[in-house]
Amino acid sequence: MKLELRGISKAFGSFYANKDIDLVVDNAQIHCLLGENGAGKSTLMNVLYGLYQPTEGQILIDDKPVQFSGPGDAMAAGIGMVHQHFMLIPVFTVAENIALGAEATKAGGVLDLQVTRKKIREISDRYGFDVDPDAIVEDLPVGVQQRVEIIKALVREAKVLILDEPTAVLTPQETDELLDIMRQLKANGTSIVFISHKLREVRAVSDVITVVRRGLVIDSVAPETSTTDLANLMVGRAVQLNLNKEAATPGAASLVVRDVSVVNAAGTTTLDHVSFEIHQGEILAVAGVQGNGQTELTEAILGTQPVTAGSIKLDGLELVGKSVKQVLRAGVGFVPEDRSVHGLVTQFSIEENLILDLYDRKPFGKGISMNLDAMKKNATKQIADFDVRTDNALNPASSLSGGNQQKVVMARELSRDLKLFIASQPTRGVDVGSIEFLHRRIVAERDKGTPVMIVSTELDEVMELADRIAVLYKGKINGIVPGNTSREVLGLMMAGVSQADAISQADHVKADAEPVEAQPVPAQAPQVTHKPKHSTTAEGDAQ
Amino acid sequence: MTTTTSAALQPSISLLPSKKTPIVLSVIALITLISFGFLGSSQAANFSLSTNTDAFKIPDLVFPGMATNIVFGVLLLAVAGYSWWLRSKGRTLPTYAVVLCAVLFVLGFLIWVVSGANINSISLASLLAGAVVLAVPLVFGSLSGVLCERAGVVNIAIEGQLLGGAFTAAIVASITKNAFAGLIAAGIAGALVSLVLALFAIKYLVNQIIVGVVLNVLVSGITGFLFTTVMQEDPELFNSPAHLPVIAIPGLSAIPVLGPILFKQSVIGYLMYLAVFLVWFGLFKTRWGLRVRAVGEHPKAADTLGIKVNATRFWNVTLGGIIAGIGGSFFTLVAIDSFTKEISGGRGFIALAAVIFGRWNPIGAFAAALLFGFADNLQVILTIIGTPVPSQFMAMMPYLVTIFAVAGLVGRSRGPAAAGEPYVKE
Repeated sequence: MKLELRGISKAFGSFYANKDIDLVVDNAQIHCLLGENGAGKSTLMNVLYGLYQPTEGQILIDDKPVQFSGPGDAMAAGIGMVHQHFMLIPVFTVAENIALGAEATKAGGVLDLQVTRKKIREISDRYGFDVDPDAIVEDLPVGVQQRVEIIKALVREAKVLILDEPTAVLTPQETDELLDIMRQLKANGTSIVFISHKLREVRAVSDVITVVRRGLVIDSVAPETSTTDLANLMVGRAVQLNLNKEAATPGAASLVVRDVSVVNAAGTTTLDHVSFEIHQGEILAVAGVQGNGQTELTEAILGTQPVTAGSIKLDGLELVGKSVKQVLRAGVGFVPEDRSVHGLVTQFSIEENLILDLYDRKPFGKGISMNLDAMKKNATKQIADFDVRTDNALNPASSLSGGNQQKVVMARELSRDLKLFIASQPTRGVDVGSIEFLHRRIVAERDKGTPVMIVSTELDEVMELADRIAVLYKGKINGIVPGNTSREVLGLMMAGVSQADAISQADHVKADAEPVEAQPVPAQAPQVTHKPKHSTTAEGDAQ
Repeated sequence: MTTTTSAALQPSISLLPSKKTPIVLSVIALITLISFGFLGSSQAANFSLSTNTDAFKIPDLVFPGMATNIVFGVLLLAVAGYSWWLRSKGRTLPTYAVVLCAVLFVLGFLIWVVSGANINSISLASLLAGAVVLAVPLVFGSLSGVLCERAGVVNIAIEGQLLGGAFTAAIVASITKNAFAGLIAAGIAGALVSLVLALFAIKYLVNQIIVGVVLNVLVSGITGFLFTTVMQEDPELFNSPAHLPVIAIPGLSAIPVLGPILFKQSVIGYLMYLAVFLVWFGLFKTRWGLRVRAVGEHPKAADTLGIKVNATRFWNVTLGGIIAGIGGSFFTLVAIDSFTKEISGGRGFIALAAVIFGRWNPIGAFAAALLFGFADNLQVILTIIGTPVPSQFMAMMPYLVTIFAVAGLVGRSRGPAAAGEPYVKE
């Protein structure tokens, strides 16, 4: 099936999220949409999937114009979508989720899940998915949930599959498996629109790469294009991908975490005897797939998460049992993972947000009154220092872009004298230009001698910043490795393989361990994952 | 892949289970042993199981007050001790044992009050049958709640729907002299209350709790106003509704204990059993139910699959209103002769508690409503036989049961994830 978008524009009020987009996806093609967060990729796909109505333009399938008034129409036309945030009902079984909206029924509307189970098994066998139709979705690992989403589209006989940032939640190994599944789907005649901002994956799997920036199609290029060129196209100016930071000169151990365990209200152990230390002047990055205890670890240090057992000492001062205010006063700077919820009061002005944790301290607070002049001066200085793009410090924080919001949070936290700096997902949803800037500030803080802890699920970021890397897996530290450890080893460790095994396995798979940048992308990538069990029949079934 | 990623997180930290269960068990064991046993009356408590119309007789149950409760107390202490021991091993008492303890405690309490009362005998058969009768409006109300919340709309207006149904049934059945006309009118009245809820909650995105509360006050005000201005002017014409007869199924209704509960009901009573089954079957076994639950859990996901979220919610809220309205008609068409102000007396809120206690499941809500009906009826009967406990305390019992049931026993039960959140397409 050939899919064509012709002159698609989508406006929200006076703002154009997409402007005059032309895009052709050929039969059995993996077409990548590359662009930064907020470039308009997802909006475009929601238009294609019938969730939004285009302001202008046409969608053509096999050269015939079509119109979608809702996702139902798009599905009927053979378009399936795997959303970035899965559209699965957590408390339903896999079969119920897949049946939903296209249920097989017996007389009187009584559900017949047996039909659905059979279809799931067929597809599952064909692609080697290994999905149990009767498992409850919320109990499944994210990677499997994603396969459920793919099955959902395939059951509805999707000929074009839209994958919206599918790798954001996956381990590197799961990512490789997904890329493999995409190749199989393509071999079976399914076209794929692959939305991503991760250059490595895009180059590994795409047939064509279309770069989108600020709602416009910038260019369509071949996958052989170099990462640097792709990054430049994506951002619109020359980007330096490497930070080239100086080697760390670590001092004495400053933060000492010993046997910290956290059991949450539901009785689940989210941190299990975690021990590590961070030295002055070094960056320790905590790597791991989301949901392996990172959030709990940072919150345990800050004091918003009750610690069940263990001790956290900062320069000899015990932090466990202290109030959040005491911890902050002890010199901890904290950038939470979700800036718009926990980092900012978005309705407050930028000026106010810049002193959220300093409001009662001199020079900002005095008795019951606040010193508005000092606030204004502070805002002017911080906005200049951190290059926050705004025309007025009294604008609400919600008026800022993601990157600028993050700069405000960072500016506030770094404006105090710190004994420890913690940043969780410091550049999530931030444009590439700001990432570079924020990374430099983090390294600068390290160079001042502050111990820094970075929590990130982005392996690129971890490898970029870290002097040492601690890998969290299921609430345990699965090893602390040097900052230059290879992506393969880290990926395996994030999936729970022990450090020693990870190193030997990574060597086994890749005879030559090469830096990521120079990684050649073979047409048929080495098979890390299982082959389809019935690859011959799968070929026969191809449409 | 050679890795295993699916193993669940194993709690390797030695963390003992909560002390809640052993403490509660110890307390009720001591109450049973000391208050009910040693300090109780030594007279025998007499429980009759049969009535005169039954097909065959079951002998009365007779318990010597003090002795029985001392035995119960010792038994409960033993179980409490066992649960402390289990806790020290990091295990918890199985649920059936907890339920058994609760039953022993309630029985012990019954024996204690009855043996200490002026009349040392109560009819267990009529206690249970009366409990079901009192539970009827609660069951209908809670089914309404289940239908709405499963679709993602919190329905605080159950009280208003019951009251509206009761009033409309009374006035229509009085004017037409036809109880069935009253029944249908009650359903329509409930639906009208629901329409207002649906309109504001779904279309205008007003906070659902606030709309619900306001609706309750509104219905209370309107029915109260019409009661004084219309009904009391001419009670003969406007407030003497025809009643629905109690239909006893010959033979079956003569079975002791169960007969009156299952086979000697008004039309509304039989409708209740039918409604519980249909709502349960519909929600969990049909395509309709799957879609409704999807809308209540994750409306956006349902939307991406082409399910019309707000239409589904609208129809569910309307259906809920019809059911609650019919439940309300029970007050004026079956239970009581005529309409009075605030006749529903807060039962809509108890029904709401039954929804939660029943974990948003029609059958669970039915069981919870029965429990509340039981507490309600027990209070009535115990007041009649004259117990050592002041009647004011007895009157509190249904509400105490509600609070303990919802707060203590349910724990962290989880409702539909999107209940209370309006769905807006971006």
